[in-house]
Amino acid sequence: MVYVSAMLVLGGLGALFGVALALAAKKFAVEQDPRFEKIVEVLPGANCGGCGYPGCSGLAEAISKGSAPVDACPVGGAAVAAKVATIMGQEPVKGYVRKVARVMCGGDRANASTRFLYSGLNDCKAAGLVAGGPKACTYGCLGLGSCVRACPFDAMRMGDNGLPIVDEEKCTGCGKCVAACPRNLIVLVPDSSKVNVYCKSEARGAQVRKVCKVGCIGCGLCVKVCPNSAIVLENNLASILPEKCDACGRCVEKCPTKCIIMKGEGASSGCQGQAAPRACAG
Amino acid sequence: MRELIVIFLAGVLLNNFILSRFLGICPFIGVSRKIETAVGMGMAVIFVMAVASVITWAAQYYLLVPFRLEYLQTIVFILVIAALVQLVEMVILKTSPGLYQALGIYLPLITTNCAVLGVSILNIREGYNIIQTAVNGVAGATGFTLAIVLFAGIRERMDFAPIPAALRGFPIALITAGLMSIAFLGFTGFRLAELFGI
Repeated sequence: MVYVSAMLVLGGLGALFGVALALAAKKFAVEQDPRFEKIVEVLPGANCGGCGYPGCSGLAEAISKGSAPVDACPVGGAAVAAKVATIMGQEPVKGYVRKVARVMCGGDRANASTRFLYSGLNDCKAAGLVAGGPKACTYGCLGLGSCVRACPFDAMRMGDNGLPIVDEEKCTGCGKCVAACPRNLIVLVPDSSKVNVYCKSEARGAQVRKVCKVGCIGCGLCVKVCPNSAIVLENNLASILPEKCDACGRCVEKCPTKCIIMKGEGASSGCQGQAAPRACAG
Repeated sequence: MRELIVIFLAGVLLNNFILSRFLGICPFIGVSRKIETAVGMGMAVIFVMAVASVITWAAQYYLLVPFRLEYLQTIVFILVIAALVQLVEMVILKTSPGLYQALGIYLPLITTNCAVLGVSILNIREGYNIIQTAVNGVAGATGFTLAIVLFAGIRERMDFAPIPAALRGFPIALITAGLMSIAFLGFTGFRLAELFGI
């Protein structure tokens, strides 16, 4: 008799729960937009948050509801945007510009001087809080690699010269490193842009010269020499407008501190897009 | 009332599920990288443990005892808890997508959590009535939440600490958990019953 009651109770419980769950699954079934799952499938699935939504499924939901554009994924680029557009029944987006991250500082160990030895937390934000950071230039790269750790795509590494290096093949332009840099040195530029000013110092020229060999001193020679007026000088700092620049290279030659650099054509591929290609020249 | 307070405090501090009973270690190590997720997990555990305590109590006294099937306690409790968590997950998904976003992803993790089964069995062993059972369930889960959130806070700080390469990751996490456990041993000296005059 004992066995029978045991079997009846356990079997009964199991059957009861099974039926209850089956009924509940019917009653509480949630209808989902069929496009949602298809979009999730074509998105990269890195959940980097570069689009501003909580992960790829968050973006897929926003796209399927129409509250985000089909090309909202900065990682997938044109290919993914085209697939998503097909799922959503839209025309593929044209004029997509791939963006990559570049570190706008050339102040490596050889070029920029330091004020003190820092041995605190291994984090750029923390280092920057200690008396303005160990680097003499208060605008320069702190070199502790917070951006490298923030990169979800393994596209960054620390160079031997103390500056981070972006692998532009792997870079998806998600912008995680841009947010991680406390000095705002990392900029997303169009993949096609070749000439950049690798300095973010707004200090006066004399001050820049004291702390760094390759800083922008705000002399304005590049502005004068540029035939397309693609360079503007603001707050003692030159910056190049990528849409006007045709990469003629005159400013690169003229710059007295050599902080304007043409992205290494002909250089070895490892050097491309590096913050300080001159370190690779040898 | 005072008795319930004693049960609650004992469940949170003295008999902390993670740090003195060593139940529920898997999510304790697994979901404690960020305070945010630790809080989410904690809330889900509080919810499930409170409900599971009451339901298993009912299963014990209205099903197992009348049929003299107390020896089936473990398997019946597992069955009840697993079905319950499934059901709760479905209901939350339908009725409150916001809550599902916050708790839902942790619910499947709790289905077979030994802390949930542990609290159910301990309730029976201590001979609690249904109110005491509910309080003990909430207390055990609150203790779990306290421990996992504290632990997550420490682990977040450890990300920036210069830890020897061989100890990085789980080894240092286990050492930290051990030290926390020793710290919680200090609560064993509390005589809660005397303190509240019972």
